[in-house]
Amino acid sequence: MKRDDNHDGAIVDGEIEVRLQVNGASRRGRAEPRMLLADFLRQELVLTGTHLGCEHGVCGACTVLVDGAPVRSCLMLAVQAQGADVTTVEGLANGELHPLQQAFNEKHGLQCGFCTPGMLLSAAVLLEENPAPSSEEIREHLSGNICRCTGYVGIVEAVQAAAQAGGGAEASVATTPAAAS
Amino acid sequence: MVAEGDRTVCGRPALAVVGQAALLSLGHLPDPLGAGCSALTRSALLFLVKPSRFNYARPTSVEEVIGLLAAHGDDAKVLAGGQSLMPLMNARLARPELVVDINAVAGLGDIEVNGALRIGSVVRQRTIERSADAARIAPIIAAGLRYVGHVGIRSRGTVGGSIAHADPAAELPAIALALDARMAVSGPGGQRTVAAEDFFEGLFATAVSADELLTAVEVPRPPAAARSGFVEIARRHGDFALAGVAVSFEYVDGAVRSARIACSGVADRPLLATAAQDFLQQEDANDPRTFAEAGRRAAAQFDPPSDIHAPGSYRKQVIAVLVERALKAAIEGSDGADEARR
Ligand SMILES: Cc1cc2nc3c(=O)[nH]c(=O)nc-3n(C[C@H](O)[C@H](O)[C@H](O)COP(=O)(O)OP(=O)(O)OC[C@H]3O[C@@H](n4cnc5c(N)ncnc54)[C@H](O)[C@@H]3O)c2cc1C
Ligand code: FES
Ligand code: FES
Repeated sequence: MKRDDNHDGAIVDGEIEVRLQVNGASRRGRAEPRMLLADFLRQELVLTGTHLGCEHGVCGACTVLVDGAPVRSCLMLAVQAQGADVTTVEGLANGELHPLQQAFNEKHGLQCGFCTPGMLLSAAVLLEENPAPSSEEIREHLSGNICRCTGYVGIVEAVQAAAQAGGGAEASVATTPAAAS
Repeated sequence: MVAEGDRTVCGRPALAVVGQAALLSLGHLPDPLGAGCSALTRSALLFLVKPSRFNYARPTSVEEVIGLLAAHGDDAKVLAGGQSLMPLMNARLARPELVVDINAVAGLGDIEVNGALRIGSVVRQRTIERSADAARIAPIIAAGLRYVGHVGIRSRGTVGGSIAHADPAAELPAIALALDARMAVSGPGGQRTVAAEDFFEGLFATAVSADELLTAVEVPRPPAAARSGFVEIARRHGDFALAGVAVSFEYVDGAVRSARIACSGVADRPLLATAAQDFLQQEDANDPRTFAEAGRRAAAQFDPPSDIHAPGSYRKQVIAVLVERALKAAIEGSDGADEARR
């Protein structure tokens, strides 16, 4: 596998350089094995849009896309992202807001905003795979993202509005909607 | 490997207790610490959310993995999708000295079909959920996976990881048991395969020993008239189930034959409802009372645990209903979810 260039086979017992693509740009940083991908993004790359709520996989706030698949960055090691293609919430807007961001704004899809980065990235994957989801499908897909503020109604409406605005098709973020490897 | 290896917490082995404490925090399991354990211990266990220091290896062959496990023994831990191990490590309930990442091991990510279905252990749950081959040979896998956590969990979590982790409420172990799957295990002594009935040994315990690797799950070729169904009851979508039932059988001329009814949440591991299976073998499946009676016989066989989520008596009742629904769903070709929602 191409991504395993600098630590294949050998035992890594200290900091190594991790090189990866983040939001379309080549980035590098240093990580010891125990550094979580979320902390690497926030501390090494200063991309603080990725939030940490529970750090045990339950809340979904830390969701990023790894090779197109939604992944909890609190349950993945930075060293495992060697060579990967990562999208964070900072990669969504492209000069102007992504249709999902626009719709979250208009439909009150957020209040405090803590869950929003994870919500947006999870929703982006849904629209990529299913450009016209029902509200039931939206709820099932976003069931792994917890929001303590909105009561979800505004979020579901926002995703539907973004779908109608063509949020899946024209503003694609997920390069390959395959499972992460 | 796990914090305080041989001590006991509140009179129970620490290893089981701390493992369960983490799962409790995820809302998965019975209250493991018991009423006697102080709130302080409980919150202290769940307070740490970064792993302790460890070394990391990312081997590319099964032989290398076995070599590393042999050399490091109990200090090493296999990392697959990380969706169960990483929460434990973040809470420092698991503290391996060496993490052996098997995600780059050649062959473990393959799905092979030759009548039977061989699923490599690091095949993602989301991948097999959407696999056309799996849908043809064993549609029950996708039916059950819809209940496993959420999309973001399944896109990283692996088939082998769920089976090796062996949570008593998990979906895939019960499905493997219903399908009479065989687990391929490699170790220092070579390869062996273990039938599902012998594989799950207890709470988070399987036939895979510390120096072995689960390499694949083999689902046998289904008979022509194969039917299957999966249903469960959970408090919220994506939670671990209170109880679940996976059934698989041959449906010939209105008769249910060679049924395998696997129940989760009834004991420390998934179990076959043998009394119900034997009953169905003799009975007329067209009689609407047959499946209800099979459900009653299944429930009578088990003595499910009580916990903070539900008393055992409730689980028993749920098993009776779920067995009936799963059998019906299998025959109607529905996934049973519609009825479960009613
Ligand atoms: C919020 C949340 C909700 C969840 N809900 C559910 C649910 O409803 N139902 C359910 O079944 N699961 C659920 N899970 C767990 C999920 O399915 C995990 O993916 C699965 O239990 C473990 O698979 P993994 O690949 O992530 O393994 P890991 O976490 O990497 O490993 C788990 C354990 O198995 C061992 N292991 C892994 N692979 C192998 C192998 N090939 N050989 C030997 N040992 C191995 C590891 O050493 C470790 O001890 C949930 C998880 C989270 C975080
Ligand atoms: S912080 Fe990762 S899921 Fe909550
Ligand atoms: S907006 Fe506050 S948690 Fe969702």
